[in-house]
Formats: sequence, structure tokens, C-alpha cells
Amino acid sequence: MSRLKIATPNQAQLTVERLYKDLERRIIASPPGLCPVDLQLSFLKLCHAQTCGKCAPCRIGLGQLQNLLEDVLEGRGSLKTLDLIRETAASIMDSADCAIGYEAAHMVLTGMDGFMKDYKHHIEHGKCSCHITQPVPCVALCPAGVDIPGYIALVREERYADAVKLIRKDNPFPTACALICEHPCEARCRRNMIDSSVNIRGLKRMAVDNARANRVPVPEKAESTGKCVAIVGGGPGGLSAAYYLELMGHHAVVFEEKGKLGGMLRYGIPNYRFPRERLQEDIDAILSTGVEVRLNTRIGNGEGEIPFGQLRKEYDAVYVAIGAHTDKKIGIEGEDSHGVISAVEMLRHIGDEDMPDFRDKTVVVVGGGNVAMDCTRSAIRLGAKKVGIAYRRRQDDMTALPEEVEGAIAEGAELYSLKAPHKIEADENGNVTALWVEPQIIGPIDAWGRARPIQADVPLQRIPCDIVVVAIGQGIEIRDFEEAGLSVKRGTIAALSDSEVEDVRGVFAGGDCVTGPATVIRAIASGKVAAANIDEYLGFHHVISCDVEIPPVNYEDKEPCGRIQLSEEEAGVRKKSFDAFECGMTKQEACQEAGRCLRCDKYGYGSLKGGRAAIW
Amino acid sequence: MVNLVIDGLSVSVPEGTTIMKAAAGIGIEIPHLCFLEGINEISACKVCVVEMQSHGEKAKEKLITACNSSVEEGMVIYTNSPKVRRVRRNNVELILSQHDCHCATCARSGNCNLQKISNDLGILEVPYKEEVPKTPWDSNFPLIRDSRKCIKCMRCVQICDKVQDMRVWDVQNTGSRTTVDVAGNKTIDTSDCTLCGQCITHCPTGALRERFDIPKVFQALAESSRITVVQVAPAVRAAWGEELGLAPEDFTEGKMVAALKRMGFDYVFDTNFAADLTIMEEGNELLERLGNPGKYAWPMFTSCCPGWVSFVSKRYPKYLRNLSTAKSPQQMFGAMVKTYFAQKKGIDPHTICSISIMPCVSKKREAALSYMRSAGAGQDVDIVLTTRELVRMMRAEHINPKFLKEESFDSPLGESTGAGVIFGVTGGVMEAALRTAYAVVEGHNCEPDAFPAVRDTRGIKAAQGIPGAGDAKGAESALDTQGISGEEREIRLMGRREADFELGGKILHTCTVSGLGNAERLMQDIVSGKVHYDFVEVMACPGGCVGGGGQPIHDGYEMAEERGRELYRLDEERPLRYSHENPEVQKAYEEFLGKPLSRKAHELLHSKHVNELVFETHNYI
Repeated sequence: MSRLKIATPNQAQLTVERLYKDLERRIIASPPGLCPVDLQLSFLKLCHAQTCGKCAPCRIGLGQLQNLLEDVLEGRGSLKTLDLIRETAASIMDSADCAIGYEAAHMVLTGMDGFMKDYKHHIEHGKCSCHITQPVPCVALCPAGVDIPGYIALVREERYADAVKLIRKDNPFPTACALICEHPCEARCRRNMIDSSVNIRGLKRMAVDNARANRVPVPEKAESTGKCVAIVGGGPGGLSAAYYLELMGHHAVVFEEKGKLGGMLRYGIPNYRFPRERLQEDIDAILSTGVEVRLNTRIGNGEGEIPFGQLRKEYDAVYVAIGAHTDKKIGIEGEDSHGVISAVEMLRHIGDEDMPDFRDKTVVVVGGGNVAMDCTRSAIRLGAKKVGIAYRRRQDDMTALPEEVEGAIAEGAELYSLKAPHKIEADENGNVTALWVEPQIIGPIDAWGRARPIQADVPLQRIPCDIVVVAIGQGIEIRDFEEAGLSVKRGTIAALSDSEVEDVRGVFAGGDCVTGPATVIRAIASGKVAAANIDEYLGFHHVISCDVEIPPVNYEDKEPCGRIQLSEEEAGVRKKSFDAFECGMTKQEACQEAGRCLRCDKYGYGSLKGGRAAIW
Repeated sequence: MVNLVIDGLSVSVPEGTTIMKAAAGIGIEIPHLCFLEGINEISACKVCVVEMQSHGEKAKEKLITACNSSVEEGMVIYTNSPKVRRVRRNNVELILSQHDCHCATCARSGNCNLQKISNDLGILEVPYKEEVPKTPWDSNFPLIRDSRKCIKCMRCVQICDKVQDMRVWDVQNTGSRTTVDVAGNKTIDTSDCTLCGQCITHCPTGALRERFDIPKVFQALAESSRITVVQVAPAVRAAWGEELGLAPEDFTEGKMVAALKRMGFDYVFDTNFAADLTIMEEGNELLERLGNPGKYAWPMFTSCCPGWVSFVSKRYPKYLRNLSTAKSPQQMFGAMVKTYFAQKKGIDPHTICSISIMPCVSKKREAALSYMRSAGAGQDVDIVLTTRELVRMMRAEHINPKFLKEESFDSPLGESTGAGVIFGVTGGVMEAALRTAYAVVEGHNCEPDAFPAVRDTRGIKAAQGIPGAGDAKGAESALDTQGISGEEREIRLMGRREADFELGGKILHTCTVSGLGNAERLMQDIVSGKVHYDFVEVMACPGGCVGGGGQPIHDGYEMAEERGRELYRLDEERPLRYSHENPEVQKAYEEFLGKPLSRKAHELLHSKHVNELVFETHNYI
């Protein structure tokens, strides 16, 4: 008899491991709009299958909780049922031996706190309050509701100009979003259930690379209404609103403080991610509708500025889309030293092609967001000797897209993680000589599920440097608008979900100045919403549509197939210039990738409720 | 043209044709449950699955649905491969596991596609656990939903959304509990439901039906002290024999009368009489309004369709005053039976049981409205049966119409003109009113067929006017052949017939629509001031009462067009074709009412319409 054996997993175990992976991907692809109580019940079932069966609260309790949830879902429950669910879950939590039991009960309690309204709705009305409103996951998650399955099908047929036209129905910045959108659409792509999400942004890029936005004519405009709308801010939000208002027959006049249009697309995102000439393609298409532009014109109360009240008098409606362009300070000693600059300032200079001289300098960027990565990678391209990123949490906790962080590291950036800025050291001339940081250890998880750093029991560290770039967030220059009577909430303009500013008739606001710093696609979506509601406010009901016919589905079997990733110029070469380094797909790649789309617009709930909003 | 092979047969069809249509063209009827052309093409039941092979390749793993998949060049389709047989059978078995299969006690037994398919497939046992969901329903409401029979095909949701635009039904709950219920947090009686009944006539099973009132009728027939008086609506005569499998020439008006007499009704009268009476009142009301335009709200709306009146009440209560105050023929009839007729026969009106047979479910609610008690002897109409209930009664009474001899309606409320007959088809009320208004104003009759513009010549499918749906395409091609373009084309595509007539030197602008979706679009244009009319006729059901929610059901087939043609034929055959020439109507005025719009006529034949949602909730017999 052998005393010990080497454990090798058997066929069943291996299969279950695979099924776990399938389930993980399935959870990722969970469509929006499901009943949370029903999901809670399903989670419980899984938890219950994991129990070892030793302890009564877990073995029996998780089953009885399922029965009680079943009662709620079947319309047999009462408010007493809810009390019993809470009481039982609390007891399991307080007495189960291991995490299988007490964490399962914890999930139930979290759910009861988080969606009690849904529990009560089931009890009071005998049905669920949830409705699947937009059945296509990618469209539902795109803030602008772009017809994604539609343009993917068009790209597959190599109808690139039609794809651009279809995108423009909901988003007049097809190029910008093809190059730099954060693609929330991909998050719950149903293709995850088979293998992984479709590379939606890559396919959009295929469309705009082969049918340049400035060469695809914009749709015909509606008859002129004679109405005139002022738009404060020439960024993605303001220009989107201007574009749709012009299509609706209103005249849009854009007031831009800076010398060029584009907002954060120009003054926030460096050229290597979004080349200026590509930005110009979108802007040219938008301006071709007849949008009037006043550059270097600031709306405010200062000298040479146009007071907001004057705009309200002279125009039939006003849309405020000023973005978030002021910098935030860390608030540490030495922050006013020479050589400390804010991310906003640095990227603005780069946007105006006034390149800072970082040659042979050592640069430390403070922050962990996308803006911090943009600064880091720009500093490398500006010839810095060494560039480091100081961040008070771990790399995994960074809010920047993982590929941005990885890209920066590949280009040679040093990552100082778990280092909170303490003070900036300067020489006698006031020039920066070092950043002092407090080492951290990662600590307890906060209510939002993020691990909080706590001070490590070690001495401060000194990071020698010549330049400190502060990239810890942006604020909004709100004072002049507040003085003009717009209400303000936590540093942002308080606008309703229809973008109307409360109690100020005819004034609308949207984008970063309402939401705080967010994504391009959200700003575009705000512009679209504002255009629709300004149109209504002006007494019209214009409709934006697109006459492109969407290709039918094909009947090919959906075999598992890998996702095509966009390739990049090698790090050693790309870091030497501001030239774009991401490469688009080949036709072969695009055709295969587009073929992975499951056409949720035609299959599933899409075929019942209509897979697309053909007009808005 | 696209070439493909189905079950070994080559076929060539236009691009965009579905596999189901292509197969039907060569005599292969692919079984299906949820599919309803142009309205519900969602492939929910997965019964119409077929196996597909592309040219020269092996068959695809996944089956496709024939109802909503278009043909492709070189396709090879198998509708009965071993895989298709297995999947089709499994899917029907799964549907049956959540369906109440007590077919013997189902309203749709013998006229149910699910029953037929499972029987055809030889499913004598379901291998799955029975899981029949039961949700409560108010059994007093004229429309009954039995959740145990619902197969979630979503046809009711779609017909109510796309054709009627009332959005009463919606998908409720998610996941395994997904079902159909009244939309939002409403119950059926507080919803916008007008009881048009289109969901019933498009339900593939017995999940939706009208409240059965037959027992009440049998009870009345059994009581020797009660005088049973029955009236039959115009559209009923064009449809009642369909369910009995009779050819149109075998289900005549005379045989219908004979059947009712055989069942024991004391008096068999014709709602058409009251239709003629309605024209006398409503036609004169129109002339009165035209004479004093400043006193009234415009346009004047017809008021004979209770679905439409209910629609105005719920969606556009401000426009209730635009409705003609004339009651519907059913209600005029009820009021006349319990007064004029009772006096003439010396009967105590309280002993009369007034019954009507209607192609309509909404009439059940109309009869029960609190202000429909003008004769002072209870409700003017006591019981309303649908055409389907009439047929069921005949079957219960084992009456074989083949052996019936034609009989005439009784007098004095049995005579009618052709104008009364066409009340049952869209445009008919308008046409009948114009015939009489012309005679009143001009002093002589016009040609009886002088107003073809108000008739719906596009066919019922187009009348449904679903934008972008297959049916509307039919309408589009019809307009192309007639060479109608531009704005008029747009208007016609919305199922709207606009016509201007000269009346006493003035132009009368009229508009006629059927289907509540079309009515909604019309109302939007009226409210926004985009259109201006003097007189508007609306019937809630596509095609008018001939396509009513109480008519016999033919799954997947609309019969309104054929039935409408029958009514126009009857109109043409009638010796009298103008309501004002109806001798019994004339006599009723002489002996009883005085003249149109007289005080007595107002008491009995007119009413103010009130907001049903405010006053009539929970008030049905």
C-alpha cells in the first residue's frame, strides 16, 4: 500500500473548472434590467451547493432563505416574510462556521439594503418593477445609445461610409470614439458567454479609417426654424449639441474660450492617442452643418468677456458645456515650488503645441487616473530622462484603463505604488529637487469595495526629481455661472436628467461641468439629450434618423473564436514621438471580428421590443 | 429571385421572403404558434424551426426559425429532419408543461393551434413536471385573462401596441417568471383597455376571452314570465356561420333569425333598425351643429363604437363634447324596446329581458354604463352576447342551420335599410349619415353609392396601418397602382380616408379611420391643429365591426374584408337604402318620438358621455 498519493484532478473536476470559467464570463455578460431579487435567489442556490453540510445555519438556513425568497417572487410573501428573511440571514451570519455560510447570508443582507424597493414591489404588486428597456446590452450601456450591432454588420459588409452615417445618428464624433472611447459597450457584450466581448471600438475604428468622417457627408438639414441657440464650450458635448441643433434647423453658435475647438479631446488627450488631424475630421464634419464658432471668447464677468445674462437675452436657448478644466491641488508643503505643474496646464500647452521642455529632466507624476498616464507618457515623449508615477494605492487600484498603465510601464515609466505624497522639496531658488512620499500598506476595504491605503510603519522616502506633475483630478470654473443664477451642487452645475437647469428657463447644461470629470461618450450623450430637449423647449419635435439599411443576420454557427486586439507600435519606437501608435485592423481581421457579433438586435428580446431606436 | 431547396423541392422566391412563406408556396405548411404576420415575428415558440444547409456545406448545428428568417441563395432547408422533429416535439412539450391542458373545458377547444399541433405531433403525454402559473383575475370584467393558458407568444402585447396603440399589455417580470400582464402597476379595469377585444381574436389559445354571459340568457329564456327580446348587430350576420363551417350562402340573415326563434326568443329584432334611427338623430345633430358652428366643438365624432368612446374618455377626455350625443344603435334599441315597443304591446317593461348580439366585447361594458338606463326599467340592454357566444348557444342547442327555413325579423323593430346594414363596416356610418343628410339639405335623394371615397378599398390588412410592417407594404403597393403619392399617400397609409362633400352649397370635410392606432395618430393631428374636419367616423377595430373583437376567430387570418364585402352586398340588395325611408322608423317618429332631436328623442336616444375612468370603474354588470 502506498502511504501518499499525488492528487491529480479527474475529468469531472476539470470539467467543473471549465464550467466555473464559463459562469464567470456569463456573469460578466449579465444583461442590464434583471430582477435583483430573482438574481439573489440564484446566487443563494449556488452558495447552498457550496456548503459542506456540517453546520445547521448554513446547511438548512440557506435553503430556507431560498424558500422565503421564492415566496416573495411568487407573490406569496408579506412584509413579515421580509422580516424573517432578515432575521434568518442575520443569524446565519452570526453563527455559521466559515465564509461559505456567513458570506452567503451577508450577500442576502446587502441585497435587502440595496434593493428593498424591489422586494417591496413584489410584495405590494405581485410582480417585478424591472423592465428590460433596451434589450441590446451594448446599446444599453453606450451612454449615447449608438446602434452598435447595426454598424458592426455594416463594417462586416465593408460599407464603411454607411457605418459612419449610422454612428452619427447618435454620436457626431465617430472618429474620437473610434480612437479613444472607453467603450462601456463592451463590458456586458453577450459574446462573453461564448468566449470574450467583441472589439467594438476596433471595428468602429475600421469604419472611420476607411471612410474618413470629413468625407462622409452629413445628413440634410431640416428647414430653418429661425431659432438661435448659444453653446458655451466647444468640446465634445457642446459640439454634439450644436450638430444636432443645426440638423433640426436651429442655428447654433459655439463660444470657445480657447484658440481651437475640441475641448478635452484636444487639451486633455495627447496626439499619440488621438492625432489632431483625426480630431479635425470630426470637427470639420460637424462644422459642415453650418455651426457658427466664436473662438477666444470667454463667457464670464471679466473684462472683454461676454456676460452670461447677455447670452440669455440674445439667444432663444443656451447650452452650457464648459467641461472641467481647472486643476486640483494636493495641498502639501512645497506645492508652489518652481517645477510643480498641474496636469491640466501641461496638457493644455501640449494641445496648443507649446511643448514644455522636459529634456534630461526627472519627472514624477502624482495620480493614478487616465490623465496621470497621459502626462506620464507625454513626459517620456518630451525627452525626460526618467518618469515615475507616484500613487497611494496599488497598481490594480488605479482608475486608469489597465492598457494605459501597462503602456506607460512598457515605455519605461517607473511605478511608485503605495506612496502617498508628503511634501515637495525645493532648493534655495525654489526649484523642485525631490518629492517626499509616505509609504503605505494596503488596508481595509471601504463601502465601495475599494481597498484603502494606510500609513506604513516605515520612514518617509525621498524621490529625487526636477518636475512634479499633479494629476489628481479636475474642477469646474463655475463662479461666473453661479453668479448668473445657475444653481450649483458640490462644485458642479445642477442640471436635471433632461439637461435643463432647474428654475432657469431656457438654460441647459451637460457634460463634465454637470457630472464632474467623466468620459467623452458621456459628454456626447449629454449634448444629444440637450439638443432633443432644447428642440422641444423651442416648440418643435424634430426627429433625427438615418436611412441606412442594416444588413440582415447570417445563419452561421457561432463557434468560439478569439477576440482580435489592435496592435501597437513597439514601445521603444513609439515613445520617441507624439505620433499615433495604435494600428487599425486589417480587412481580414475586421471581417472575422465583426462576424463574432451575436446580433442581439435581431435575436432574443431585441426581436420582440425592436432592437434599435431608429429615430429619436 | 432567390433559389433554394426545401425538403428536396426547388423553389424560387423574391429576395426577403421568409422560409415559412417560401415553403407555404409549395404546399409545405411549417407548423407555428406565435407567428402573426407583420405583427409578431419574434420566434418565441421555436416550433417553426428548420434545419439549414448552405450550398455545398454540411448542415448548420443550430436550427433557424422559418417565420422570421429570410431565404438565401443556394439554401437547402429541411423542415422534417430527425433533429427538427426532435426539437419541435420537445418545444411543444415544454410549452404544454406550463399550459393548462384541460381542453374539454376551454373556450378555444377545436379552434386552438396549440391543441392542433400537439395532436398532430401525437403528443399523448408530457414528460415534464406540470408548472401551470395561476394569477388572479376579476371574473366580472368583460375581458378575461386566464394565465394558465397563456403561452407567452406576446401576440396580445403586439396587437395592442402596434395596431391599437393602447399599450395595455406588457411583458412583466424577468427570467423564468417572465409573463404577460397589464402594463405598469395597473389592473385591467384601471388600465386604458377599451375592450376592443383585438387581443382576444389574436390569441392562439384560450388565454384571453370575453366573459361568458350565455347562462344569463338561458336563465331568462327559462323564466316564463320574462319577455326575451333580442337584437342582432349588422356585422354578426356576415360572420356567424364561419365557426360552424358553413359556406356564406348557407348562413343568411333569415336562417340566423330562424335559429334565434328556435332557441325560444320571444322577439327577434334587428339592430339595423336602430342604426337607421341613429342616422336620423345623428344626421340631424350634424346639421344642427353645422347650422350653429359657434356653439359646438369641432369636428363632430361618431359615437356608435363604444371602444372609440372609451378611447376618447381615457385618452382625450377634453374631446368628449365632440362626440355626437346620439347613443349607439345598441343603446337606442334598448331604450326603444323598454318604452315604445313595451307600450305598443302593452307589456310591463320590467318583464322584458333585452338581449343584444354583438361582434364586440366593448358592448358588454357599454350596456352596463350607469347612464344607459333611460327607459326606467333597469339597464336598457340587460345582456350582451358576442357573435362567438351566439354560435356557442346554437351549438349547445344542437341547431343545424342547414335544415332551418328562412324567417323574417319581427315587427315593429325589425325593418331596416341598406344604410343600417353598412354600420358594421368602417366608413358605413359616415356613408349612411351622408345619404340622409344630403336628402334633408337638398330635398331629394342622392345616388345610394354616391360616396365611394369613405369606403376602405385598400383591404383590412392595410387598415391596420402598421408602419413598416408587412401589411403596410400591401397598402403601399395598392397606392402605387392607384398612382397616389405625396401627402395624400402618407395620410392614406395611416388608414385615413379624407373626403370633401358639397352639402347645401357648403363643403363638408370628413375623415374616416378604423383601428385605434390610426385613431391615436388622427387625434394627435387634430389636437396639434394639423388637420381640420367637420365630421369624423372612428371604429376601434381594424375594418370596423366586421373585424370586431367579438367575432369568430381564425388564427392567422383576418376576415374583416370578406365580411365587409358581404355587408355592402346586403346594402345593394335592400329595396330601401336610405335610413330616412325606413317605414318602421318613420312610424316610430309619428307614433312616439315626434321628430328627430325632439325632447323625447333626447331623453331616450341621446346621452352625455362622461369620463369612464372617473365614473365607471368597477361598474360592469
